[in-house]
Amino acid sequence: MKTFNYHTAKDVKEASKLASSNSAYLAGGMTTIPSMKLGLASYKDIIDIKGIKSLSGIKISRKSVKIGSTTKHAEVANSKDVKKAIPSLAALAEGIGDAQVRNRGTIGGSIANNDPSADYPSACIALNAIIHTNNRKIDADKFFKGTFETALKSGEIIEAIEFSIPEKSNYQKYPNPASRYAIVGVYVAKHKDGVNVGVTGAKSCVYNDKNIAKTLSNNFSSSAISNVNVSSSGMNSDIHASAEYRANMIKVFAKKAVEAC
Amino acid sequence: MKKVSLEVNGKKVSKEVPDHTLLSVFLRDILNLTGTHVGCDTSQCGACVVHVDGKSIKSCTTFAADLEGTKITTIEGITQNGKLHPMQEAFKKLHGLQCGFCTPGMVMSAIDLLKNNKKPTDAEIREWLEGNICRCTGYQNIVAAVKEAASKM
Repeated sequence: MKTFNYHTAKDVKEASKLASSNSAYLAGGMTTIPSMKLGLASYKDIIDIKGIKSLSGIKISRKSVKIGSTTKHAEVANSKDVKKAIPSLAALAEGIGDAQVRNRGTIGGSIANNDPSADYPSACIALNAIIHTNNRKIDADKFFKGTFETALKSGEIIEAIEFSIPEKSNYQKYPNPASRYAIVGVYVAKHKDGVNVGVTGAKSCVYNDKNIAKTLSNNFSSSAISNVNVSSSGMNSDIHASAEYRANMIKVFAKKAVEAC
Repeated sequence: MKKVSLEVNGKKVSKEVPDHTLLSVFLRDILNLTGTHVGCDTSQCGACVVHVDGKSIKSCTTFAADLEGTKITTIEGITQNGKLHPMQEAFKKLHGLQCGFCTPGMVMSAIDLLKNNKKPTDAEIREWLEGNICRCTGYQNIVAAVKEAASKM
């Protein structure tokens, strides 16, 4: 690994001051460190934001669950408040990677990385999340731009992710047996004003399956999904699953999620 | 270079290391604590698992500079008064290892499991050990060893 200068930022202001086009923020490092070790990424400066107190923690209100960006997966998975307000979100966190990854990896890191097979982005889409940064608030449907690409500008820091509490929700995935990333993951959430169906692992970027969402908005039942056409066009195809298989799995998991709601 | 001060197995340690020093390198090459193994070096195999402030993590995917002021426990730090930890004893008794390469990580992960789940089921043990790979034994005796340790701890 190429060396770098390690900085520990005490607050968001200091962190953003240290940022440059050749730097990276470090929270859990569960993607950043392996990428650096493999030579896929190198930086002049690594800015550790983990110690910034304002970025960590879980706040529950009547309408939303707001999770600080450096909150670890294990904290979300084990939070009594999250389990009560949005049980599917705690269950999603419990299914990420392995125990050691959950003890280090953070929600902000997962979202900023926007891996096309990551779990959390589907929750952001399904739960109408608002991404709070040090400069602005970004709606989830405008945040995830493409493979490993987000609306974040250089040096911008995610401070918190605010999820709307739905009436019902559930997340189902087929995990890659080695990495536990989703080969296909479907997050169904029924809100007062409609349904969202966040799909991860299937395409180059997480998306809301509008056809299934519309069908479920009219008739929230698994049988209604049978008649929806999910095209395999634009779906990922690799050694784990063909595009056609993924397209079919979306319907299978959407049904399972509705039944589990 | 970065000065890192932390506690390893109850002893205070302070070393000046290159900024990109991984905890696994810090433990093995600088402190000569070679019980922590590096298998895949890509955070999949779990041979490098140690505890930081009581929680299991992969030392190959953590910078030493990141751990200022923390308390680290490695496989060398779990014996008490020269006696094997109940988890080590159970692995020995039930042949929960063959070549032994993955064992330090298995033991450290399993101890962390029992902190939060005193009587785990077979399924819960297998689920928890998702991040620890053994290429010899097929896990059967490992799971049996964790159950045995749970009954003794």
